[in-house]
Amino acid sequence: MGGVSTAGRDPGLQPERTRLAWRRTTLSAAVAAVLAVRATLHGGASATAVVGCALCCALWLGFLRVAHHRIRALAAEARPPALAPRHATAAALCAVAMAVCAVVLVV
Amino acid sequence: MSEFVRNVRLWFAPERVREEGGTPDYRFSLANERTFLAWLRTALALIGGGFAVDQFLPDLRWAWRVGLALALLGAGVLCSLRAVNHYVRCERAMRRGEDLPASRFPAVLSLVVAVVAVAMVVVVLVGWAG
Repeated sequence: MGGVSTAGRDPGLQPERTRLAWRRTTLSAAVAAVLAVRATLHGGASATAVVGCALCCALWLGFLRVAHHRIRALAAEARPPALAPRHATAAALCAVAMAVCAVVLVV
Repeated sequence: MSEFVRNVRLWFAPERVREEGGTPDYRFSLANERTFLAWLRTALALIGGGFAVDQFLPDLRWAWRVGLALALLGAGVLCSLRAVNHYVRCERAMRRGEDLPASRFPAVLSLVVAVVAVAMVVVVLVGWAG
């Protein structure tokens, strides 16, 4: 990735920008997971809350896995293939499941 | 509605997206992917906002606090589902050489966020006064 092979390199740095977009999104998911941990600790750490919090952390790991997979695919080729809808769905479902855990923690 | 169901099937079946039309310039697909990720970040921010309302406004009455938090969380869920749907639709339109789909969603989301923001200001002010 750090290689400076100028041949066949996209001057718009599209793969790099996409990689950073994945990083930013992973960071956003981390913020949501941290808020879930905070909610659990302040809510007196009931059994339901702990399960919800653990699920949020697991979902963050799942998201990290999708992002890592994609980042490696982006780095592997000069012209990376489009993101498979299945992976896009997996990433979005992680966000949805986090929201469901949040509902459990909030109510 | 059947159009939506067909789209949902495509979410899980990348081969079927690839069956149609030609492969667009990879840079367009990457731009589409970044747009998808930007929407996903918006969704995650809304979910974070739901947590934040619950935790950082503890003096509110339970109903208001939970209501606002649920509104933000619901917006987050809709936003992330719509992100995938829009990604798949754009990808398909690019393969077929059609115009990109137009969408009412950004306007609706802006209105929802504006309403929640106004409600929050009112609720916090009333909470202080009371």
